[in-house]
Amino acid sequence: MSTTTTRDATRPSPAEAAEAGPRKGVRGSTLSFWIFTGPFLAGLVIFVYVPIGWSLWLSFFEARYTVTPDTFVGFDNYRLMLTNGDFTGSLVTFTVFAAIIVPVTWALSLGLALMVHRLRFLKAFFRSVFFLPTACSFVAASLIWKMSVFSGVRFGLMNTVLGWFGVANTAWLADPNPPWYWLVVVSVRLWLQAGFYMILFLAALQNIPPELYEAAAIDGARPGWQTFRHITLPQLRATSTAVVLLLLVAAYQAFDEFFNLLAKTTWGRPPLVELYYTALGDDQDYGAGSAGAVVLTLLICMVTLLQGRFLGFGRRDDSG
Amino acid sequence: MTTVNPPRTRRGVLGSAGLYFATAVCALLFLVPFYLIVRNALSTDAEITGEDWQWFPADIQWGNLTELFDDTTVPFGRSLANSAVVGVLHTLGTLLVCSLAGYGLARIPYKHADRIFYAVLVTLMVPAAVTFVPSFVLVSSLGWVSSMQGLIVPGLFSGFTCFLFRQYFLGFPKELEEAARVDGLGYWGAYWRIVVPNSLNFFAAIATITFISGWNAFLWPLVIGQDQEAWTVQVALSSYMTNQTVNFHLIFMATAISILPLVLVFLFLQRWLVQGVAQTGIKG
Repeated sequence: MSTTTTRDATRPSPAEAAEAGPRKGVRGSTLSFWIFTGPFLAGLVIFVYVPIGWSLWLSFFEARYTVTPDTFVGFDNYRLMLTNGDFTGSLVTFTVFAAIIVPVTWALSLGLALMVHRLRFLKAFFRSVFFLPTACSFVAASLIWKMSVFSGVRFGLMNTVLGWFGVANTAWLADPNPPWYWLVVVSVRLWLQAGFYMILFLAALQNIPPELYEAAAIDGARPGWQTFRHITLPQLRATSTAVVLLLLVAAYQAFDEFFNLLAKTTWGRPPLVELYYTALGDDQDYGAGSAGAVVLTLLICMVTLLQGRFLGFGRRDDSG
Repeated sequence: MTTVNPPRTRRGVLGSAGLYFATAVCALLFLVPFYLIVRNALSTDAEITGEDWQWFPADIQWGNLTELFDDTTVPFGRSLANSAVVGVLHTLGTLLVCSLAGYGLARIPYKHADRIFYAVLVTLMVPAAVTFVPSFVLVSSLGWVSSMQGLIVPGLFSGFTCFLFRQYFLGFPKELEEAARVDGLGYWGAYWRIVVPNSLNFFAAIATITFISGWNAFLWPLVIGQDQEAWTVQVALSSYMTNQTVNFHLIFMATAISILPLVLVFLFLQRWLVQGVAQTGIKG
């Protein structure tokens, strides 16, 4: 469908152009439409639709070291990936990761927003401090976490602090028993993204009409938990839904910190890292990699739709 | 504003002291990693890895800076330059292509515009990171591996940015453009002379967010940057983690330099950024 629409870009039919504009005096609006949207749509087709289609096609072929394969294998790549313990294990890794990171980030960013929102002085300063880690890349943050905060030797910050209390050095990343690496991957992402979501909650908090709190006070609601539970939280519903959705999608795409923190380990591999090694590792198995990407995409779409169904898509607050 | 400003009773004062204390503790925790970068970047390896914890380097090692750029195992200077070029071109290109498309979809009547808009929306459902395998396949068949165009061009066509521009232009006051139309300007003229100059705040917010995500991008530059010549700063940083020899002071000096531009952007463009994020709710 999209390929035909871009072909139209160069040759809009005169009849279309004449009847297109519902408003009077709009002449040549079809041509204008294509001048404005044509470059973007052409790029979208070439760099988004074509790769997706190519990937689907590749996933049904035996495609090692080649992107123009000729051996059709049907669903073999899918069977291979779905029975591959490493790939299914990566889906489990993701599920555990999402189950931790989504609620924890939600709670922390909401908590920070509530704190900053109530400040009278230095509000902008504290907001900046919490927002600042968003400037850091996952790679840089992983570096700090791996080599300085959660370094497995005595000079790491965590081990130094724990050492003051007589706790022996912990190998945070190098040993999956106990799985301390979860603490590392969760805390790095939390530090990086909590401030970002705090900004979203702050904006939503500012949009809650103060009359609601006044009315609640008249009705005898005590400030604190009661007003939070019955006014603030329901008013933040739309933002909360959007935040959870964004967090979930971001968690699915986790790559940078896992790749950098756990590069040489066999544990803690989320799907994208697994796909990276499948498709671009030693085997260069584009067929299997594509099949995995298709499975992952379908999963993400399903989760997104399900979440939308249960929580309602993040309808905007009526900021009036 | 009843909850924002509780009455100044004794309980209120105590409560706000507690609030400031809690906020300050959280803020300190958030700043610790930044402190570690700076401390390590300006220390010697012996100080970083020493038995006794050092809060500050005894002698500030400014020499680490020149040593970093003289070090030939990782082409850090080259990767910085690459990142700067990629970041700027990526931002300018995205703004141009996506804002035009957003305007076309929002304002120019065309009978298939709705269908085309849905075709754009559908791409939002497919997470960009999942398409790195097919995108790599495509880009390598174009012969763009380890090239600037391979790093920049595929990222320009963001369905999300186009969507944001469309939503923004839908809310842009129509009267301004109609006045321009009466004066004989076409869509093109109205866009460049009226719409863009009156939307600079929004463009700046999107530009900042686009630049940040471009500068911090890792997966795509890692996939495309197979030669050291084409490394971006994030790929160079990552290579330090897999290197055999660990020069802590160099690694952290590199980290500090990689973060510095964005921290500056954050501090100077704070207000735009916060507005932009609050308006759009997108990931930076």
